[in-house]
Amino acid sequence: MATISIDGVSRWFGNVVAVNDVSLTVGPGITGLLGPNGAGKSTLIHMMSGFLPPSAGSVTLDGQPVWRNREVYRQIGLVPEREAMYDFLTGRQFVVANAELHGLPDPGAAAARALATVEMEHAQDRRTGTYSKGMRQRVKMASALVHDPAVLLLDEPFNGMDPRQRLHLMELLRRFGAEGRTVLFSSHILEEVEQLARHIEVVVAGRHAASGDFRRIRRLMTDRPHRYLVRSSDDRALAAALIADASTAGVEVDLQEGALRVQAVDFHRFTRLLPRVAAEAGIRLYTVSPADESLESVFSYLVSA
Amino acid sequence: MNPTVARLTVHGLLGRRRGLLLLVVPALLLLLAVLVRATKGQDHDIAVQLLGGLALGTLVPLLGLISGTGAISSEIDDGSIVYLLAKPEPRWRITVTKLAVAVGCTAVFAALPTLLAGLVLYGTADGLAVAYALGALAAGTAYSALFLLLGTLTRHAVVAGLMYCLVWESLVGNFVHGARTLSVQQWGLALARAAADPGAVTADVPLSAAVPLLVLVTLAATAAAAVRLAGLTLAGEE
Repeated sequence: MATISIDGVSRWFGNVVAVNDVSLTVGPGITGLLGPNGAGKSTLIHMMSGFLPPSAGSVTLDGQPVWRNREVYRQIGLVPEREAMYDFLTGRQFVVANAELHGLPDPGAAAARALATVEMEHAQDRRTGTYSKGMRQRVKMASALVHDPAVLLLDEPFNGMDPRQRLHLMELLRRFGAEGRTVLFSSHILEEVEQLARHIEVVVAGRHAASGDFRRIRRLMTDRPHRYLVRSSDDRALAAALIADASTAGVEVDLQEGALRVQAVDFHRFTRLLPRVAAEAGIRLYTVSPADESLESVFSYLVSA
Repeated sequence: MNPTVARLTVHGLLGRRRGLLLLVVPALLLLLAVLVRATKGQDHDIAVQLLGGLALGTLVPLLGLISGTGAISSEIDDGSIVYLLAKPEPRWRITVTKLAVAVGCTAVFAALPTLLAGLVLYGTADGLAVAYALGALAAGTAYSALFLLLGTLTRHAVVAGLMYCLVWESLVGNFVHGARTLSVQQWGLALARAAADPGAVTADVPLSAAVPLLVLVTLAATAAAAVRLAGLTLAGEE
């Protein structure tokens, strides 16, 4: 059982604050670190893996500081985001080298075991430079697993994987989580995270935005006020009909755009209401587009929630 | 020394096309030595010029630069150094291993060709060939350590190293006499003078200054590189 504690951690680069006063605990099982690109996920993972000192606060693994403490690597397996991995080696040579660097008594056997776990034996004698993205990811996994670590840190592991490889990796991570290992992976895709992690930590713009069960996070995300831009044959009549219903909080007639701006508070009810109201009033809908469906706006709602 | 780190470093240094590149420069030196010997015969002045200027003055710093920075900077650049550092292995040991590989590389591709060129040019007379090879080995070691440190400090290690060689050692050293005291090349030359028969080689720096400075620079650069590696941070890719 291994627990990573991030306590009041900030990290800035010059004038830029990448991580802002984050406190969270990552325990056994799978944790998803969710956030848009540039939110500070990689910075957090770098601090958890001892490759970046926090500017303030502390990052510890079972009470031991991670920064400048090489002993923690006996417990940590790191799967970095970057691709480079000694392209001139074969997959097997690469994993064996990692086993040797860990000082394992039988590097060959450990490497064979790790390669079997990620099902890469069929390509283990090919140079890693010839691998596809998914194969590289799996061999990187094998190198991180070779010393049987209690903690597995993965930075955007699903990036660039095809659906089949994605499923395979998810299955693998589920198994590690079930074994009681502490598995943390980062992603900017909600669907990816909720398929895999029961526990989700959300970071947005360097801040810890939400933490908890994926259902709660999902609910937070769908229950937020949604904004729509609506164009119709009679904007004012539609506006009057919409504001009468409890699912909308505000309707604005945007004369310049020639459209309605609608703020819905009950997402599901509003999506049923709009077509019905329009049909009853004989109004034709030309455009219904969400005005703030970008991931960033979803996340920034979470920050204020 | 860590054999795995050594293996990966040698592979990275000599693999790809760099291995060939490392052979080209010493091959040119040897070719030139053969040509000079064939046309001019055994000539002390020409031998000293070639061994001092071309071998010690150009080949050795160039090889030190290629192997010193090459032993570490490409791994830092592409991020694969993570696989070496995310291990319980002490980072000074990783540094020392990489330095040993760089020094070995300089010995094989710079000191050894210097010896061969010296033998071709001047035979074993005056102990000239062995003396210059010794100077090349010592200077090559210091250069390797210096440029290994540079490789951990900046992404532009090769350019910075070239600037040092061209501006400081060649330009400033040629015009400002005092600057030669702080020139790795001159320290190597001082060693060569001491090893050769008296009067065969001239050098500006006394041996009593050259040897401590060579040792100091090598040790300090290695220690600094180890410290630098121990606190290596990964910048986010975002």
